Amino acid sequence: MALLVKHMLGLEQVEREDIETILDTAASLQEISYRPVKKVPTLRGKTQVNLFFEPSTRTRTSFEIAGKRLSADVVNFTASASSLSKGETLADTARNLWAMRPDILVVRHSAAGAPHLLAKLLDTPIINAGDGAHEHPTQALLDMFTVREKKRKLSGLKVVIAGDIAHSRVARSNIYGFSKMGAEVWVVGPPTLIPPGIERMGARVSYRLEEAIPDADVIMMLRIQLERGAGSLFPSLREYAIRFGLNPARMRLCKPDVLVMHPGPINRGVEISPEVADGPYSVILDQVEAGVAVRMALLYLLCAGAEHEDTDQGRT
Amino acid sequence: MSKERKILDSDAVKRAMTRIAHEVVERNKGVESVVLVGIRKGGEPMARRLAQLLTEIEGRPVPRGFMDVTMYRDDIFHQKTHPKVHKTEIDFDIEGKVVVLVDDVLFTGRTIRAAMDALMDFGRPRSIQLAVLVDRGHRELPIRADFVGRNLPTARGDRVKVKFGEGAEEDQVVLIEAEENAAEPAGNEGGK
Amino acid sequence: MKTLIKGGRLVDPGQGLDEPRDVLMDKGKIEALLDPGGKVSTGVRTVDAKDCLVVPGLIDMHVHLREPGQEYKETIASGAAAAAAGGFTAVACMANTKPCNDSAAVTDYILERAKAAKQVFVYPIGAATPGLSGEGMAEIADLKEHGCVAISDDGRPIMNAELARRLLEYCKGFDIPVVSHPEDLNLSAGGAMHEGYISTQLGLPGIPAEAEEVMVARDILLAELTGGRLHLAHVSTAGSVRLVREAKSRGAAVTCETAPHYFTLTQEAVRDLEYHTSTKMNPPLRTQEDREAIIQGLRDGTIDAIASDHAPHSPVEKDVEFILAMNGIVGLETSLGLALKLVHEGWLSFSQLVERMSVAPARILGIPGGTLRPGSPAHVTVIDPAREWTVDVAQFKSKSRNSPFQGWKLRGRAVQVWVEGKKIV
Ligand SMILES: [Zn+2]
Repeated sequence: MALLVKHMLGLEQVEREDIETILDTAASLQEISYRPVKKVPTLRGKTQVNLFFEPSTRTRTSFEIAGKRLSADVVNFTASASSLSKGETLADTARNLWAMRPDILVVRHSAAGAPHLLAKLLDTPIINAGDGAHEHPTQALLDMFTVREKKRKLSGLKVVIAGDIAHSRVARSNIYGFSKMGAEVWVVGPPTLIPPGIERMGARVSYRLEEAIPDADVIMMLRIQLERGAGSLFPSLREYAIRFGLNPARMRLCKPDVLVMHPGPINRGVEISPEVADGPYSVILDQVEAGVAVRMALLYLLCAGAEHEDTDQGRT
Repeated sequence: MSKERKILDSDAVKRAMTRIAHEVVERNKGVESVVLVGIRKGGEPMARRLAQLLTEIEGRPVPRGFMDVTMYRDDIFHQKTHPKVHKTEIDFDIEGKVVVLVDDVLFTGRTIRAAMDALMDFGRPRSIQLAVLVDRGHRELPIRADFVGRNLPTARGDRVKVKFGEGAEEDQVVLIEAEENAAEPAGNEGGK
Repeated sequence: MKTLIKGGRLVDPGQGLDEPRDVLMDKGKIEALLDPGGKVSTGVRTVDAKDCLVVPGLIDMHVHLREPGQEYKETIASGAAAAAAGGFTAVACMANTKPCNDSAAVTDYILERAKAAKQVFVYPIGAATPGLSGEGMAEIADLKEHGCVAISDDGRPIMNAELARRLLEYCKGFDIPVVSHPEDLNLSAGGAMHEGYISTQLGLPGIPAEAEEVMVARDILLAELTGGRLHLAHVSTAGSVRLVREAKSRGAAVTCETAPHYFTLTQEAVRDLEYHTSTKMNPPLRTQEDREAIIQGLRDGTIDAIASDHAPHSPVEKDVEFILAMNGIVGLETSLGLALKLVHEGWLSFSQLVERMSVAPARILGIPGGTLRPGSPAHVTVIDPAREWTVDVAQFKSKSRNSPFQGWKLRGRAVQVWVEGKKIV
């Protein structure tokens, strides 16, 4: 029942079997959040360190709640990129952390591969909470969880991911995840926001929303990441919103049971109009709720997995 | 070769269950405030069966739910493969109720300890009672069942398999004796 | 005392030789090449080279020795020792030190330090522009007079095409080659690895092959316009090889080099080594098609030389996030072993290997060496082509350890290195 992987660095290396274990476990744990006492003692005495080098209240809070519902001691360690430029490297930070004996590490960093560097330096299980434009596996897992709860399956669905694919770790993780579960993934955006070779990751490419969405079961809208320089890749937000925004007119092209998703934060009026974000197709709040359950499942599965490696020898 | 021995056949299981049902009614003077919570997985079919019997005896439905206690176990980090977490489904209020915990086999008592802790997180029951089909001994905690189908002396390494047949299938309880010298893990009720 | 290197197979493409010969050295020069098995006269020290290749001393025409300024990464002495250990008798060092080699004073300093190191010959390459600023010309004639053998802003391109033109033109008058670092900074901006499927997968900003190729094309056109001598550093793409091949077929005065990592590794290494920064260099590791084109270019002579682009960095620059890590790897001590792989795999002959690693660099830079013709300086490398060894960065003479080849098993290495008739390895 333990996962095949020791760390959750990305969905690229994760087998379908593990994804199913995580989603099933999350489905079992979701009920805890509805109890009068929203807490189980599973990770009592374990220390979970949330190491955030990039500001993210939402993801950090979700991991914090997940850890606390499992009774872990949750420590938040927020470092800005500026403290790194003062000479302390990620490796230094890692060694300092090691001295605190964490049982699990949740890492968010603006540099792709930063969690992999920590995984090489530390023996602790690591969950990648988003690294640069590389992967954001827990977001994809909660997205899959949300879709599976609504559609009762993932296999055979058509999932359209639209927007700033080039800079999106959410897109990458979702392409791997949904493809592994048997869904068909499309990516849509202007050519300058579609990175080269994305087809080889298992996605189909379209430059027009109208072409992709009519038979879609899921439409996932992504934010334009201006902070990563996306702004120079199209003329203006106005033109972008007109061409690539999900609005009521475009929703009329869609299947009646389509799900509209967004990993947040939303730029209302740019990639998604307020009517759509708050409309009947939107499962954006379900995604947030699923996040806690999925992260609880991962914390539980990885913590327990780590323990066996160290202490279980000869125990049976 | 390990030896398998049938302890209870279908009729014996039925008699034991009927007796437990009557004891529950007698002890609680009816089933008005009784709710059943089966411990997943082994206690689940037994709780269904017991709920059905109580309904037949008393002529009124008895609420029943199911609980997975994995997240409350004290041995979760001590097992080679940690158990699959199943859903907990208790869609009624346990506040002020008499909760009858239902499990198929009582062994070390650690599962029941975990189940009582879990139950407390759902509210404050008036009392908790315990019904098991087989008590095989080897308690590691001060826990005792209120309703027992059969007391069964076993060796520590033995395994007890309970099957509640569905439809035309037979119910049965089988004792699988440990191979000589084969050590079994302590504190692991996963293989009961 | 005279020394005879005896029993080896002499490979000297300059003389068209690939046969058993004994090499007699005296007073720092090659005195004679003798038929094997001859009687050794008294007073001659003999050194055995049985089962070995005896070749003109190898020359690495593109290394970064970091001194002055970054002695914690490498010094001229440690770099020269690494060169000797790798089988080289001479290296040419790039100008991007601190301060950079844009003045005769720095050139003199480098040569002094090299002399004191008593290892291999170190030939400085002067900066093309003051402070490697990319604006205006350094004092090129002065640099040449003090010992610079080429000029280059390597590490950076000359983005201004007009200045690139004038540099080629000016250098023509002093018969000194311009070494171009072909990279369009606008196309490569922010990039950390080759742009393609792997960069997409890893979420790293990419550097397209065209960032190199548009500059290779521009520089070739400017070389043809001016008649200046252009040498293209670290060519890494199939497109660059094609452009150089076409230019050479037109008779343009263009030469180029590649580095062992470009014919050994591909972009997949960044993924397979999980963002290991020893796979980060500029130009970046390219595709399998590029790698094959590089090998083909080495085979047909489109690529003149193999140079390591030895770029030592300490953990301060390398034990960091991939995107923040500095570019480059150490190469002096693995270059020959990796090049020999091409020979063992049948891509190159021993003679071609010596051409790319000794003859061509000497010719391009106009420096002594590249031949064992009697009368030439006794720079000799003796290679045991069958000797198996494992790359262990802890054993490197270089001060730095940033190699992606750690743990690789290689076949063949230098077992003796002679500089002016003196054995330094
Ligand atoms: Zn360069």
